[in-house]
Amino acid sequence: MSRERAFNLAALALLVAVPAWAQLTGETFTITLATRAVIFALAATGLNIALGLGGLVSLGHAVFFGIGGYAMGILAFHAQSYTPLTDWPVTIPGTKLMPVIWLVAILVSALAALLIGLLALRTTGVYFIMITLAFGQMFYYFAISWPAYGGEDGMAIYVRNGFPGLNTLIPIQFYGLCLAWLLVVLWFNARLARSRFGLALNAARQAPQRVETVGLDPVRLKLVALVISGAVTGLAGALFADLNRFVSPTMFSWQLSGEIMVFVIIGGVGRLFGPVAGACLFVALEHLLGGITAYWHVWLGVLLLFIVLFGRGGLVGIFAGRGAVHD
Amino acid sequence: MTDPVLSVEGLCKSFGALRATDGVTLDLRPGEIHAIIGPNGAGKSTLIQQICGGLSPDAGRIRFLGADVTALPVRARARMGLARTFQISSLAMEDTVLQNALLGALGAAGRPWGFLRPALRDAGPRTLAEQALERVGLGDVAAVRTAELSHGQRRQLEVAVALTLSPRAFVMDEPMAGLGSAGSQQLTALLAELKADAPVLLVEHDMDAVFALADRISVLVYGQVVMTGTVEEVRADPRVREAYLGDAP
Repeated sequence: MSRERAFNLAALALLVAVPAWAQLTGETFTITLATRAVIFALAATGLNIALGLGGLVSLGHAVFFGIGGYAMGILAFHAQSYTPLTDWPVTIPGTKLMPVIWLVAILVSALAALLIGLLALRTTGVYFIMITLAFGQMFYYFAISWPAYGGEDGMAIYVRNGFPGLNTLIPIQFYGLCLAWLLVVLWFNARLARSRFGLALNAARQAPQRVETVGLDPVRLKLVALVISGAVTGLAGALFADLNRFVSPTMFSWQLSGEIMVFVIIGGVGRLFGPVAGACLFVALEHLLGGITAYWHVWLGVLLLFIVLFGRGGLVGIFAGRGAVHD
Repeated sequence: MTDPVLSVEGLCKSFGALRATDGVTLDLRPGEIHAIIGPNGAGKSTLIQQICGGLSPDAGRIRFLGADVTALPVRARARMGLARTFQISSLAMEDTVLQNALLGALGAAGRPWGFLRPALRDAGPRTLAEQALERVGLGDVAAVRTAELSHGQRRQLEVAVALTLSPRAFVMDEPMAGLGSAGSQQLTALLAELKADAPVLLVEHDMDAVFALADRISVLVYGQVVMTGTVEEVRADPRVREAYLGDAP
């Protein structure tokens, strides 16, 4: 068993053991923290597909996170106020059903990623970063100035949305849903990395000229990667809004885009469990250091600096060494 | 006479006042190795770029397999079977040798859209990739990370990737660049075999290799083809002797 595999299994064991322990000892707050970590991990796994495989440094992934959040917020708002989303051409009601909300969040954020990608992928390097950042700001200010759904104040949902057969108000059950999603997406990510598409995308990141001379379009490969990536981060946004029962424009903020990227970098860019490790460490530090000092971000900065300078593979790289050649 | 596989007619390309390609006309016939030689700055790389689609010419036409491809992008020409190798190896360094060859096979099949099944379990493309690696003598290092290959092995891998495209013509930009004499002899032997698969348009600085391999040679100077002929004709031409071979008899 390779060291990376051992690291991944240990991380998985912790994701099961810590909430299980918290459940047994009645520490529901720890379960909420773990849920937050798992949802951030899911959002960052989305980014890792674009960044790690495709080399797309997107500083606008909060767009998809926010779209997922607002998809949940808007659907639930209409359901709880018994008003339809629209009456024309057909009446579309709101919903409090998670599966429907997830589907909408995934589809809308994928569509947004497609449109953003069509424009942003005309550029590379620092211009790509700037365009994705600009889209993030556009969505942020749009959300602030859209009074129908709370504007700057955001909007609260009275009761967490439901999932057939579960009581999502019980923290451990909602945690289970989020963890299940994370595992499904990690499985998909692992398969994707080895698939034909993963192979071509990997090459498009390293040698775009080569990809073109074998008859493939590197930009189209990256566009598909961005769509998949955006859909995953959008799903995470819907879960995050449900965790807090609240959405606000801060879900679109560039600080959040930065945090999602920090999760990936701390954990290890392109490593399957990098985003998981990064998000868990972030949430743990936020809780532990945040309890000591309000300026805990300083220590996060020091950690980030250390990792970027000395541990290029992030946490996963530090524990498991350079990535093995995957077969 | 058979129709040429690839032909270039009256190609022109200027960068500002510099005429990098100045009315170039040449063709590549079935079964031949056609070498393009010329001093540094003669416009060889610019010409290759236009033939492969990376640069669009200001004037002139490029025909490949009887079709006008002047306006087609790189990837469309590649799909038609125009296989290019780069002067500076352009490979996915973090991937294995086999993965690089497999990329070519997937591109040739036009099928990169598989999202769940491992690419290496795709029997068809994998066999194609492995055969190409065997042919260039990289069968033993298929599982090695490309970054760990020697320079010469990377040049061989460039050729292997081109082979996976089931090419109708090769365009090789200085395949011998940076190779020692043993490496370049080995690659010379390989290229001599390749022309049975498809004709080769060869840009090369290594004169030993060119004279050993080429059926015809075109000499490019300041963007113009000053002559096209057999090895003997080119060797005997005083302009070429002056530019290249020194004045020794």
